[in-house]
Amino acid sequence: MRPNIIKVGFLRGGLEIKQFMRQRESVVFTLLFPVMLLFIFGSVFKGDLAPGVTFSQYFVAGMIASGLVNTGFQQLAIMIPIERDFGTLKRLRGTPVSPISYFIGKAILVFTAMIVQVGALMAFGAALFGLNLPNTTERWLRFAWLILLGSICSTILGIAFSAVPKNGRGASAVVSPIVIILQFFSGVFFVFSTLPQWMQQFAALFPLKWLTQGMRSVFLPESFATQEVAKSWEIPQIAIVLLVWTVLGTILALKSFRWSDK
Amino acid sequence: MANESAISVRGLTKTYTSKANGSKVAVAGIDLEVTKGEIFAILGPNGAGKTTTVEILEGYRDRDGGEVKVLGKDPAKLGTDSWAWRNRIGIVLQSTNDSQDLSVSETVSHFANYYSNPRDSDSVIHDVGLDEKKNARIQSLSGGQRRRLDVALGIIGNPEILFLDEPTTGFDPEARRAFWDLIRNLRDEGRTILLTTHYLDEAEALADRVAVIVDGKIVEVSTPGNLGGRNTAKARISWLENGSKQEIESDFPAAEVAKLSAKFGGEVPELTVIRPSLEDIYLKMIGQL
Repeated sequence: MRPNIIKVGFLRGGLEIKQFMRQRESVVFTLLFPVMLLFIFGSVFKGDLAPGVTFSQYFVAGMIASGLVNTGFQQLAIMIPIERDFGTLKRLRGTPVSPISYFIGKAILVFTAMIVQVGALMAFGAALFGLNLPNTTERWLRFAWLILLGSICSTILGIAFSAVPKNGRGASAVVSPIVIILQFFSGVFFVFSTLPQWMQQFAALFPLKWLTQGMRSVFLPESFATQEVAKSWEIPQIAIVLLVWTVLGTILALKSFRWSDK
Repeated sequence: MANESAISVRGLTKTYTSKANGSKVAVAGIDLEVTKGEIFAILGPNGAGKTTTVEILEGYRDRDGGEVKVLGKDPAKLGTDSWAWRNRIGIVLQSTNDSQDLSVSETVSHFANYYSNPRDSDSVIHDVGLDEKKNARIQSLSGGQRRRLDVALGIIGNPEILFLDEPTTGFDPEARRAFWDLIRNLRDEGRTILLTTHYLDEAEALADRVAVIVDGKIVEVSTPGNLGGRNTAKARISWLENGSKQEIESDFPAAEVAKLSAKFGGEVPELTVIRPSLEDIYLKMIGQL
């Protein structure tokens, strides 16, 4: 009988985490880079955006959202072409393992890395910049599903996009600019409502803008919702956009995923 | 069952086309029949089409023409049942560089999870001679140890057919002999083994049958001992007589030497008897002699 695809996926997840933890550079980059950015931005912008809302508070929401994009989409769209170059995927292709198990393994890696990253960011922010943590159960729950759904969405889009770079060497040059532009357009580094309208509308097509907004709904006071472009957090819309992209990404990933170079 | 076919290939062709190099015929019509339980070697120089052929059999590459059956299935038309077919084969690729940060036993025992009827990972590690390196990270292994790990991953699923693509390239002589013993043991367990090699001595030492492939075509299939008509080739006898070198070819060299000995009353000056070596025959076949 065929080994269970989901169980093998979880075993792959365990293996991916083990490999990830043993690569010191990637661990340091994933965990410390957001903390460093928070330190820089938190030190430069000291003012309040609204009564009781520091820039750091606003920025942490954006950092966590873009952490999802970096750890999932960006990391995988660069790492999978490298795995193709190294023959990791070719070897897997020769075994009975299902691509779905491979996808699940990647999602588990991304989700785990996110939990650790978010933990580090919140601890650092609370200790040095007076970051207020979510204060209701409802907000913590929303935070949890945003991280979970965001990780899955970001993972599957990273897998789908990994078919674009021809090889591992060129992958970073193809992927990174897309992520950086989206970060600027989506209100990670600037207050979203102050951006030009065309930028806002463009960003609204992609998940990062919605993830960032969702994270603001977790970290900023309820009163701040009126400062959003839509005068509300738009929670249902956030869920819909993420789900649509996840489904779209899954279809694309299953179609475009390559185990090896042509 | 005797003489049951594990791999069957008819009229296989494959041409690569690229903008830079135009088109190159890699496989130009190959027929193969590999019987269950044998070690079958595909021997040929670099670029002869060995890897292309094997990768078509493994299901990695599409073919342009011909019929292929591996364990009764066409590797290009596996459909949703592909896992069941892959569950029965083991693949050792030409070069690998993955999973550097894992240990030997972590990797082997993980791969066991992919198969429905895996072998015990400790005994597989033992069989490939990596007991001492069990807990070592893969990046610390030597080339030969790395190759043994590749074989371990190839056999962990208890395969009926094992594909080995140039398994001993870059080995020192001692490591090669140990590796050959490992492959023979796998055959003795009843597995079918298809290996490619560009080493004549490897094919001679390991294979039950050898196919010599040159420029995408098979020029001969036979047992290593009969390759190129070696067993029936005439011996060349030469000696010195009346100040000049004499030479004859004969199917019965001992009788000729006895006649000469009688003629010279004992020793024959500068007598040599030569049978063509396997190497001579092989080099002639691949057009290098």
